[in-house]
Amino acid sequence: MSSKNPVRTAPHFVAEVDEGGLGAVDAVRVSDRKSNLWLDAWRDLRGRWMFWVSAVFILFIVFVALFPTVFTQVPPNDGCILTVQNETQAAELGVPVGTVISDHGPLPGHPLGFTRQGCDVFSRIVHGTGTSLSVGLIVTVIVAVMGIALGAFAGYFGGWIDSFLMRIGDIFFAIPYILAAVVIMSMFLADRNILIISLAIGFFAWPSTARILRSEVLRVKQLDYVMASEAIGVSKLRTMFSHVMPNSLAPVIIISTVGLAGAITAEATLSFLGVGLPANIFMSWGNDIAQAQQSLRTAPQVLIYPSIALSFTVLAFILLGETVRDALDPKARATR
Amino acid sequence: MSTVEPLLQVEDLQVGFKTQDGFVPAVRGVSFDVYPGETIAIVGESGSGKSTTAHAIINLLPGSGKIAGGSVRFEGRDLTKLKRNEMEDVRGKLIGLVPQDPMNSLNPVHRIGFQVEETIRANGLATSKRAVRKRAVEVLKEAGLSDADTRLRQFPHEFSGGMRQRVLIGVGLSSHPKLLIADEPTSALDVTVQKTILDHLESLTAERNTAVIFITHDLGLAAERAENIVVMNRGRIVESGPALEILRNPQHPYTKRLVSAAPSLASTRLGSRSATVGLASSATPAGTPVPPVIEFQDVTKVFKIRTGGPRSIPFTAVDKISFQVPKGSTMALVGESGSGKSTAAKLLLKLEEKTSGKIFVDGVDQDSLDRGKLLEMRRKMQVVFQDPYGSLDPLHNIGNTVAEPLNVHKIGDAASRKKRVLEVLDQVALPTSVVSRYPNELSGGQRQRVAIARALALKPEIVVLDEAVSALDVLVQAQVLELLANLQDELGLTYLFITHDLAVVRMIGDYVSVMQKGAIVEQATVSEVFDSPKQEYTRRLLDAIPGADVDLSA
Repeated sequence: MSSKNPVRTAPHFVAEVDEGGLGAVDAVRVSDRKSNLWLDAWRDLRGRWMFWVSAVFILFIVFVALFPTVFTQVPPNDGCILTVQNETQAAELGVPVGTVISDHGPLPGHPLGFTRQGCDVFSRIVHGTGTSLSVGLIVTVIVAVMGIALGAFAGYFGGWIDSFLMRIGDIFFAIPYILAAVVIMSMFLADRNILIISLAIGFFAWPSTARILRSEVLRVKQLDYVMASEAIGVSKLRTMFSHVMPNSLAPVIIISTVGLAGAITAEATLSFLGVGLPANIFMSWGNDIAQAQQSLRTAPQVLIYPSIALSFTVLAFILLGETVRDALDPKARATR
Repeated sequence: MSTVEPLLQVEDLQVGFKTQDGFVPAVRGVSFDVYPGETIAIVGESGSGKSTTAHAIINLLPGSGKIAGGSVRFEGRDLTKLKRNEMEDVRGKLIGLVPQDPMNSLNPVHRIGFQVEETIRANGLATSKRAVRKRAVEVLKEAGLSDADTRLRQFPHEFSGGMRQRVLIGVGLSSHPKLLIADEPTSALDVTVQKTILDHLESLTAERNTAVIFITHDLGLAAERAENIVVMNRGRIVESGPALEILRNPQHPYTKRLVSAAPSLASTRLGSRSATVGLASSATPAGTPVPPVIEFQDVTKVFKIRTGGPRSIPFTAVDKISFQVPKGSTMALVGESGSGKSTAAKLLLKLEEKTSGKIFVDGVDQDSLDRGKLLEMRRKMQVVFQDPYGSLDPLHNIGNTVAEPLNVHKIGDAASRKKRVLEVLDQVALPTSVVSRYPNELSGGQRQRVAIARALALKPEIVVLDEAVSALDVLVQAQVLELLANLQDELGLTYLFITHDLAVVRMIGDYVSVMQKGAIVEQATVSEVFDSPKQEYTRRLLDAIPGADVDLSA
């Protein structure tokens, strides 16, 4: 007992047993509702406006990419004129002969105005959707597959496998992927296409994903349930696929959605540097943003509209990535 | 005596947290007084609101917490109505705090000296550089760190947990506060360290007549260290009064339950077993010797600790340990952190490879097993880990978790596996509806029961319980221990029970091996160890059990 002198004798207070009584120790509180991981995730997603906004927007973008002609009949590349040269054109556009169309503001039938080359901005954005979206998705898939595979093996098996894979990663990491892509794209002067540019970007962008997954795997593999799984007799590989990987993927989902945005911008950067997709064959938001720089001060709309398309698409993917990750994670679900 | 005014008067305190489900009350109308110089303990399980009450007193609630009503009067001033800068003057200077986790409460990038001096300056105890340094040395000396001068220049990672807690106690008391709030100050420390730290804290506060509010989950510890205790449950005080009176004569049903569940207070072997047989007599009445289920012979494990260069230092984690466990009994490996007890368990489970020695399971040398036999052996041996939050995969539902061992070992078809899952869940007293639930929907104790169910799914002979009840609240702990004892009776299981808590051993163990620095220092039946410990170290461990010398019968 304490060596101190007691100042007082405290009264012995006993509370009334409250309404609910004591109940059983550690009573289980679960409902009988049927559930599984995907059903729970869907229930969770259903109630979130962020999910609906982003999902609907993405579906819309995909629709635009597949069927651009539903939205505009104006060709994106053909029939671009710098100035109105004859009466037919003047009648069509509703402006007098001699008007400069290059960088012109909106006219009837051309709601967003014209580029420096006199092409319709709206039409170029609509037709560019497919290119930008494909590059973004293909790069993301390449980066995710390579990053996840290499990062998971490196982290889970450790030792020399880890050192070897991560040093390779470091080599790729040390080369700025834009620079590498410039070199690769310069090698393919004649036949540049969406797949080539996606490979050029994706092949050098995976190390950061691999690093993130590896560190996550390193954390997860120390947890007791991984050891428990080994103690049961589950093989190392099966433990990795059924326990370690699913629990390490959350940050990769997030980084991938951000990476999707990065890929679309990377394509734009390459186009700006003149080593991207040829502007006269492929419409892409990146191309338009790059070319708009020349007329930024006189005709900002040429830059702003493709940029808005890019930002909203990227935002939609990020929002979707985040809501899906939260919904698939029972830990995050429990707190709501 | 009756003229003494209370130092702190907490009256009808209401605290709640803002969550997505609205305002959730955590403390619901708590009132108590603290008189100058007295020690009062607030006891409760996790979630009872004991820490929240303490934090509300010094207005250090986390962002979403809010005092919704009531008053906290300290020397006549209502602390809940003070402005932020006035409150900062009260904290540290008048009311000190010793935080819960010594490992995370010191900033790892600053020297100890800087952190102590910071407190001294913040509380205006000294101003000139030299005076501050001098005071800092004094603080560490008072805290019981001998070579204070050199200690001040060290970083937190160079200190053990006990030393860090000494620093924090020193910091908490540095400005001679009138009240010290100690929030589970020793829960993260070994029992022997806990005892010395608490002894030291007690003498320091007695010397200065500092009042102490002591937050703990351990009723035995509370009774040993405080004159008065307050028992909290679900945000309310259920009983309060003189410590001994409450322990000897609990009135409220919750307190009764708590007192009877506390392992440190009263314990006998759970389960319906007859008197345990001695170690030597592991023989049938006919006289034919029965081989023990588990046998360790001079088992050693040496880890190589890399030093950054090509060389490495050998570290002997397990040092020539030998023991036998007869079928259907429990061997408890007891020791403080770093004693090698968990490593020994991992060697048995083949999660680590031993350096030398022999391990026999059912008389079979474990080294002689090929891959197929090893898998078969894994069926016989299962493990339950300490952390109920870490041992279940959060992405797998309970049904899949329990079925996993059955799937891996390809036992039966889908229907029979499903039946077996329901059967073991029933054995651990969980409703079958949990099959489709996820670990996060269950409490710690329920998760631990799931882990036990998973271990039982393969009908093992041996279950390794690695600190399996250490992370659980007292009542839940008692419940799980009882479950384990019943399962042992029913299924004839052999347990290897790894724990740091000797008090729990009495409730489940038959034999004890006390480990220290990798070696077994004492080995005997539980009653022998508790009644007549042979080794000084064992005696120290027994003395350190909080509340062991509280006499309940009087």
